[in-house]
Amino acid sequence: MSRRVRLLVFLIGGAAVAVLLSLAFLDMPHVGRSEHLYRDLAVPASVRHATANVVSAVNFDQRAVDTFGEETILIASVVGAAALLRPAKEETERRPPDTSRILESTRLVGYLLLPVTLMVGLDVVGHGQLTPGGGFQGGVVLATGLHLLYVAGSYPALDRLRPLELFDVLDALGAATFAAVGLAGIAIAGSFLTNMISFGSLGQLFSAGTVPVLNVAVGMEVFAAMVAILAKFLEQDITVVKRDATEEAGS
Amino acid sequence: MTVLLVLVLTLVGVAGTAVVLSSTPERMVVTYSLLGLSLGMLFMVLQAPDVALSQVAVGTAVMPMMILLATRTMQKDRANRRGEDS
Repeated sequence: MSRRVRLLVFLIGGAAVAVLLSLAFLDMPHVGRSEHLYRDLAVPASVRHATANVVSAVNFDQRAVDTFGEETILIASVVGAAALLRPAKEETERRPPDTSRILESTRLVGYLLLPVTLMVGLDVVGHGQLTPGGGFQGGVVLATGLHLLYVAGSYPALDRLRPLELFDVLDALGAATFAAVGLAGIAIAGSFLTNMISFGSLGQLFSAGTVPVLNVAVGMEVFAAMVAILAKFLEQDITVVKRDATEEAGS
Repeated sequence: MTVLLVLVLTLVGVAGTAVVLSSTPERMVVTYSLLGLSLGMLFMVLQAPDVALSQVAVGTAVMPMMILLATRTMQKDRANRRGEDS
């Protein structure tokens, strides 16, 4: 296909998408109107189960099966990354080179923010049933926070503080806890992922039944999965080299 | 409220255009994380703090880090191959 034909095909397709999108947007309900079908059903259901954060009630109670599916996607992506990014036949692992050329200011800010970020991550996981956030957001914050150790410190420091075998176990444990809560729902209330623990009172830390339990499970899984995936990427960049390259360096 | 919304939407449009116009992957990482941040602001203005949190954590921190590491590995690989050829 020549450049002109390609451009023509793109222009026709682009124009069609633009027209269809404009028509769809014109027909959409306006932002901020008062009637809202889904809200009228979701908010009372959330209040009945004493969940202050309605979004968490939707994600971990009313539609918890969807979240379970998303967790499986994450596990699958970790397995995929681990399989694709393992050292190939002609590659070998080496000791990471010592690169201690880090700006003092980067070091200072990194080490100051490391504990703060980890605390914020735990806070976001722990209060998912009350305030915006939850297992996924908190897990990602925890995983990125941990990598401040690499940005401000060094790769060996990160490697020592992050036993990857433990994170593999944590990843599986998080997903297994989610499944176990779901199966407990079948055993006690007759259907998968039923919220069957006592709900407590709205706005308390221990309220909303299984929502905080599932949040912690998801937090564990997301934290471990993100760390595992980033570890594979870091290994490829830092410690994995071609076999002959190390021999040259060694001789 | 509407003024703020139009402002943030414009910012998202500008940031998105900047991502498309970035010439190299390294520059794209910077513009991409700015796009992530402006999308986070948009979700905040639209009163979706949960989505905004996810967007900021994934779009401005994790994804740029992965892209940076991937492009660096590819460059290393390319340099190795060039060394073998000569």
